[in-house]
Amino acid sequence: MAPAAPAATAAKTPGRTSRGAPGRRRGTGSSTPRRLPYLLIAPAGLLMLGFIAYPVLSVFYYSLQHYNVTKPWRDGFAGFDNFTRVFTDDPLFRDSLVFSAKWVVTEVSLQLLLGLGLALLVNQTFVGRAVARAMVFSPWAVSGVLTTTIWMLLYNPSTGVSRYLADAGVGSYGTSVLSDTDTVFWAVVVTELWRGVPFFAILILADLQSVPKDLYEAASVDGAGRLRQFVHITLPHLKDAIILSTLLRAVWEFNNVDLLYTLTGGGPAGVTTTLPLYVANTGIEGHDFGYASALTTVAFVILLFCSILYLRLSKFGGDSR
Amino acid sequence: MTAALAETGDRRTAPPAGTPVTPQAPRRRRRTRAFDEVPRWQIYLPLGLYLLFTLVPFYWMLLFALRPAGSTSLVPWPVTFEHFEKVWNERSFGVFFQNSMLVGLATLVTTTVIALSGGYALARFDFRVKNAFMLALLCSQFIPGALMLVPLFEIFRNLRMINSLESVIIAETVFQLPLSIILISGFIKNVPVSLEEAAWVDGCSRLRAFRAVVLPLLRPGLIAVGSFAFVHSWNHFLFALMFLSEQDKQTIPVGLNTLIGADSVDLGALAAGGVIAAVPVVIVFAFIQKWLITGFSAGAVKG
Repeated sequence: MAPAAPAATAAKTPGRTSRGAPGRRRGTGSSTPRRLPYLLIAPAGLLMLGFIAYPVLSVFYYSLQHYNVTKPWRDGFAGFDNFTRVFTDDPLFRDSLVFSAKWVVTEVSLQLLLGLGLALLVNQTFVGRAVARAMVFSPWAVSGVLTTTIWMLLYNPSTGVSRYLADAGVGSYGTSVLSDTDTVFWAVVVTELWRGVPFFAILILADLQSVPKDLYEAASVDGAGRLRQFVHITLPHLKDAIILSTLLRAVWEFNNVDLLYTLTGGGPAGVTTTLPLYVANTGIEGHDFGYASALTTVAFVILLFCSILYLRLSKFGGDSR
Repeated sequence: MTAALAETGDRRTAPPAGTPVTPQAPRRRRRTRAFDEVPRWQIYLPLGLYLLFTLVPFYWMLLFALRPAGSTSLVPWPVTFEHFEKVWNERSFGVFFQNSMLVGLATLVTTTVIALSGGYALARFDFRVKNAFMLALLCSQFIPGALMLVPLFEIFRNLRMINSLESVIIAETVFQLPLSIILISGFIKNVPVSLEEAAWVDGCSRLRAFRAVVLPLLRPGLIAVGSFAFVHSWNHFLFALMFLSEQDKQTIPVGLNTLIGADSVDLGALAAGGVIAAVPVVIVFAFIQKWLITGFSAGAVKG
């Protein structure tokens, strides 16, 4: 569609060079070649068409096919067979969806709370603030695999922190929090919090800087305490940033598989398998691309639906100030 | 203000009757606490606790990387570099490091250049597919890269790019682009058009005006976007895992994963590998963290 538009309008602006007349650039747009914006978005557009849009479409296509490398004799059009199987005959789908929801809600709400607290904290003026900021934000830059590396050393039953805690009389020896189905959830939650809180802290701190200082002064003149200032000035100001960052983070936490893949592999006994992890196992290890594609499609629809619902419910961008 | 404070102060400490009010003490305390003056312990105590949570894991990794195998000392002394030598040479982290660096820098450059061009178009022009393009950028945020692995693998196989770093660079760039374009177009919108127009009047071409006027002002934003791209591609794991199967093509996260999954995990080697993985991003982070905050507040997400 990109090439068609300039062709249709090229006649109106014959012989124009890139030296457009200043001041009339927007609006009619007749002063600059119509082709320029299309040329500018072409690299990004083509890359995204080829490596995002095409794979997405092929996932939709495969979701209607039987396509299993280990059972090639069944390959072919499947209609809605895969989807029927997802919804009626797959307890693993339901389990992983439930765990995904639990995982995303727990992570995002805890990360938001801690990140907000942290941002308010390092927004104060105190000695050593720059160093403190750098240190508390540093896990932001750490990858899922590196997080796994670090926390495996900490959780290791014979050499990890629990051993030293046991030496000091706290807990028991030989506790492996990652292989016990009772403790594994909070173990992975804490691990992901370690890496995830700085994201919120950075975004919220950035937004805090733009709250006009005189609002606080006026409020304190009127006798409003710190809590009321926070509720009536800070929170409304942060509202849009919080809504957007929680949404981005929720999608990211839902989709992200690096940490769980390397830390628990979805175990023990599958209790930390998120939907994407289940899909990855089905597609990559089980070689059942058709079924994995149907799961992906379902995951995508659920994600989109939840996001729209969230934006509606939270009245994003609405004038609440 | 003083009057208001005195009034509320009086009301709260209102003495029974007749006794003269001594407003000095409460008034002074209130005045110092009036704005955002928070008692020091209310800052340092929670901050100290959180720093403990953040830093102990890093320290733990350094400890394992620097102390001899079998030691249970809580201080890495005497320091040994045996684990680093082992990981760097025997476990080919030297090669992985080179590959990761190559992927990271290439992704940084391609992402920044392509996003600059796309971001400029979004910020400065109205054109027919603009809204559709914006929508595509936003929607792509919902697409899980992990779930695109199989179709992407097939594409790269058809392009005969499996086992070449280019496949990873392309995939990283593509999934980094949407957010980068949105961010950069936000930064460009913050640069007044009049500055560019003044340059055009002086006879600059659009490109020259952009380079001379807009680009210098975009520095904090470009640093934020570029470092995002570098850090993400340095850290990202699944694309490299899927597309690069030859040992000498793999990247640091894949190497780490191999160490994690080894039958008997060599904790010293694992920790040393972790330190090697951490050093570049920690340096980048230390360098950019101030720009990160200003970069974001410069308009970023608000578009």
